[in-house]
Amino acid sequence: MRHIIDIKDLSVEEINEILDTADDMISNREKYSHVCDGKKLATLFFEPSTRTRLSFEAAMLELGGSVLGFSTAESSSATKGESVSDTVRTVGCYADIIAMRHPKEGAPMVASLKSPVPVINAGDGGHNHPTQTLTDLLTIRREKGRMSNLTVGMCGDLMFGRTVHSLVNALVRYDNINFVFISPDELKIPDYLKHEISNIEGISFVETDCLESAIGDLDILYMTRVQKERFFNEADYIRLKDSYILDMQKLALAKDDLAILHPLPRVNEISREVDDDKRACYFKQVENGKIVRKALMMKLLEVEV
Amino acid sequence: MNIDSIKCGFVLDHIKAGKSMEIYKYLELDKLDCCVAIIKNVKSNKMGKKDIIKIDDEIDLNLNVLGYIDPDITVNKIKDGVIVEKCHLELPEKIANIITCKNPRCITSTEQEIEHVFKLTDKKNGVYRCVYCESEKK
Repeated sequence: MRHIIDIKDLSVEEINEILDTADDMISNREKYSHVCDGKKLATLFFEPSTRTRLSFEAAMLELGGSVLGFSTAESSSATKGESVSDTVRTVGCYADIIAMRHPKEGAPMVASLKSPVPVINAGDGGHNHPTQTLTDLLTIRREKGRMSNLTVGMCGDLMFGRTVHSLVNALVRYDNINFVFISPDELKIPDYLKHEISNIEGISFVETDCLESAIGDLDILYMTRVQKERFFNEADYIRLKDSYILDMQKLALAKDDLAILHPLPRVNEISREVDDDKRACYFKQVENGKIVRKALMMKLLEVEV
Repeated sequence: MNIDSIKCGFVLDHIKAGKSMEIYKYLELDKLDCCVAIIKNVKSNKMGKKDIIKIDDEIDLNLNVLGYIDPDITVNKIKDGVIVEKCHLELPEKIANIITCKNPRCITSTEQEIEHVFKLTDKKNGVYRCVYCESEKK
């Protein structure tokens, strides 16, 4: 039995296999519509989320399975003081696979230690979000046709942005990736992550606080939201929330084949006018997220087409 | 000052001066019935000053704790008054319930029964990270 807590739980070969399945699903949707008949997904969301929970649920329904679960901690036994371990042991008796989101970092890992069924981390605080990373990788591969020789800009909240950390950890396993980390001083990418990637052959990075000067070099621009829920101090949030806004003026400086990604939800960091530009890929990402979750659940449930 | 030699037990040598009380606490030596000597600020050619702990019993010594606190400590096993084994320590790959995670966002901050486990992620710089949230031990 496998759990996916961190994107590093999957080898590059396994990631490529999941992306290949996802590609095939896009071409042959019907082929996969009953592969999970009789299977049940439990979505245990101890923290509110629209996109990820619905994406998981839509994915299982499209595979022929069914879903159960809760969408806030208030509607679970957590309010009675039940531990994460006890919750998954119980839910494991009702479902074949669990997708868990939790505000505390490491909660899905704790769950995986006791769960009788596979656990997928659907986001744990500011820590990891592996299915978002698979979504991002599928989008990059479909938009660029490759996973290597890329200059990838990451912009906004690089300190608390779990999607950024997971994506960096995933991309460093491919060849010749040049990162450009664009953020204000207070939200820079953590030192430990820089330290980890600094000695990897074929991987380089630069840091800047200026989106305009960097955008012209990029193949991928990964925009992020400054997340209010990650701050203990509201004053800091208000000061930093509008640090970088991508608009048509800045986009005029970019390559014609730039792919703009965003894990969504967006607040105001990408102007609405950018949505109609052919380089905006963030709504395609949403669709890709559902498809890649289908492919991942198939793999963990060990079902064949 | 003279401290008697021990017959059977351990001599923890080359402890950094001032660290012996920390080791006493982590190894829970206060719970032992046997004779335990803490010798502080002993003159040392190699270290200038060092601490030594002598334990006059063959206890089950947690080398992981010692290795984590100071991998340069030498552990001498004594039998019948002579050194029968000299053990050089290294930083353990994993430690459990020795240190606690201080990250307020970590699951260990709310679920009390979870073991606090840290793994060695950077041997050169002795960096340990919580296995749950990956925060560095400060």
